[in-house]
Amino acid sequence: MIRVEHLTKTFGEVQAVRDVSFDVGAGEIFAFLGPNGAGKTTTIKMLTTLLRPTSGRIEIDGLDPARQQLEVRKRFGIVFQDPSLDDELTAAENLDLHGALYHVPRKVRVERGESLLKLFELWDRRNDPVKQFSGGMRRRLEIARGLLHTPKIIFLDEPTLGLDPQTRNQLWAQVKKLNEEERVTVFLTTHYMDEADRVAHRIAIIDHGTIVAQGTPAELKAQTNSETLEQAFLSLTGSSIRDEGAESNRDLRNMAQMWRGRK
Amino acid sequence: MTTIYILWLRQLKRYIRSKPRIIASLGQPLLYLFGFGFGFGPVFQKAGQGNYIQFLAPGMIGMTILFTSIFSGIELMFDRQFGFLKEMLVAPQPRLLLMIGRTLGGATTAIFQGTIVIVICIIAGYRPASLSALPMAFLFMALVAIVFTALGTTIACVLTDMQGFQMIMGFLIMPIFFLSGALFPLKGLPAAMEFLTKIDPLTYGVDGLRGAMNGMSTFGSGFDFLVLSVIALVFMAIGARQFSRIEA
Repeated sequence: MIRVEHLTKTFGEVQAVRDVSFDVGAGEIFAFLGPNGAGKTTTIKMLTTLLRPTSGRIEIDGLDPARQQLEVRKRFGIVFQDPSLDDELTAAENLDLHGALYHVPRKVRVERGESLLKLFELWDRRNDPVKQFSGGMRRRLEIARGLLHTPKIIFLDEPTLGLDPQTRNQLWAQVKKLNEEERVTVFLTTHYMDEADRVAHRIAIIDHGTIVAQGTPAELKAQTNSETLEQAFLSLTGSSIRDEGAESNRDLRNMAQMWRGRK
Repeated sequence: MTTIYILWLRQLKRYIRSKPRIIASLGQPLLYLFGFGFGFGPVFQKAGQGNYIQFLAPGMIGMTILFTSIFSGIELMFDRQFGFLKEMLVAPQPRLLLMIGRTLGGATTAIFQGTIVIVICIIAGYRPASLSALPMAFLFMALVAIVFTALGTTIACVLTDMQGFQMIMGFLIMPIFFLSGALFPLKGLPAAMEFLTKIDPLTYGVDGLRGAMNGMSTFGSGFDFLVLSVIALVFMAIGARQFSRIEA
């Protein structure tokens, strides 16, 4: 479903992603793990047509995101790291707007919207403006929205950041259920190793822009002689803390560059 | 079509739901209308220019539309700040349609706002030359609204944070307003100022409105219409181009 070969992205002199290759099969739950600034979000942006790769090849359901943008965009849903709902609109209106933008016929929009809102336990609040929602509710609504147009792939970029354990558990249970029922391919990133261990079929660990290990959670643990995925992760990526300040500065610079329209 | 419609509807819903904004944006025209209108009225009369409220009303409508539409264009900055912009940019939609939908939505809210001001003007004693002129007035309101929503959108595409906003306000929007002839007749001005008033798009909007509503126009309604239409097209094209270049 997703095929990435020798993917590289450079911002000025910084190599954010270096020669990354991996495959994600249809219906798979694939976790993309790595410390802050490892290149996770940059990779997701390239997979989702928001950024052009410097070199390398990407195939999303057989299509090239850099050249067949609109076709590729129909095929995936995405939940960004930062919120992307319209606060002034209600939950139902946010879904409806999304459905219209994704060419979903009105009737389907209403029916599927209802079943997704029910699955994510937001049906009772469907007519409340999103600005009254808690962080967990917003997240659930964003995932429901990302699935409204029945995409083949859903990208979840740290969807559980800042949520309490109850909400996190419930959220993954719902995502798993949809993966089993609709065979939607899930591509996720998270900093919670226990989540990845429980939810993901396969995992790739990225550090300093390159993939350092790939496999099932059991394989990764066996490979590093670790009992938990967290230990495996630490032994693969080292335990030094990443310079977050520098990273976020770089992100800001990149962002500013992008906003000015220069890649 | 659905795309344009749904984004138009979104702008409308956001407008109707933010009552404080509607009221706040009426404060300024009210202040000018009553403060200036009644304050300068006697002087204006003595100078042989007739009733000042009568002169001022089309200017106030132009001003309201200027401010409302610039703001709805600039709202794009809020979309960026609160993240909704990403949802639009990653949708399988040509950017041009997104831009048109937003702009028409913003322009529609500006026309609403302008209509409210017409009513206020009538309460303040303004009398349009004839009721049959009102459709023409709405045509000019729509053109002015499109011109400045597109301008606001362009500004929001280029400006990356709210810091630059004061600058835009002081060096662009206020001069557009003051030099448009909304407050005073554009006759017998110093050459430099006359030049500035002639390159101000709002000048033709206010003149067109005055032509339609009061039956007196400096440049002629046909000319005003032509100039505004061309500017609207050019600004839309520039806005669409800028909008298609921003990345999430």
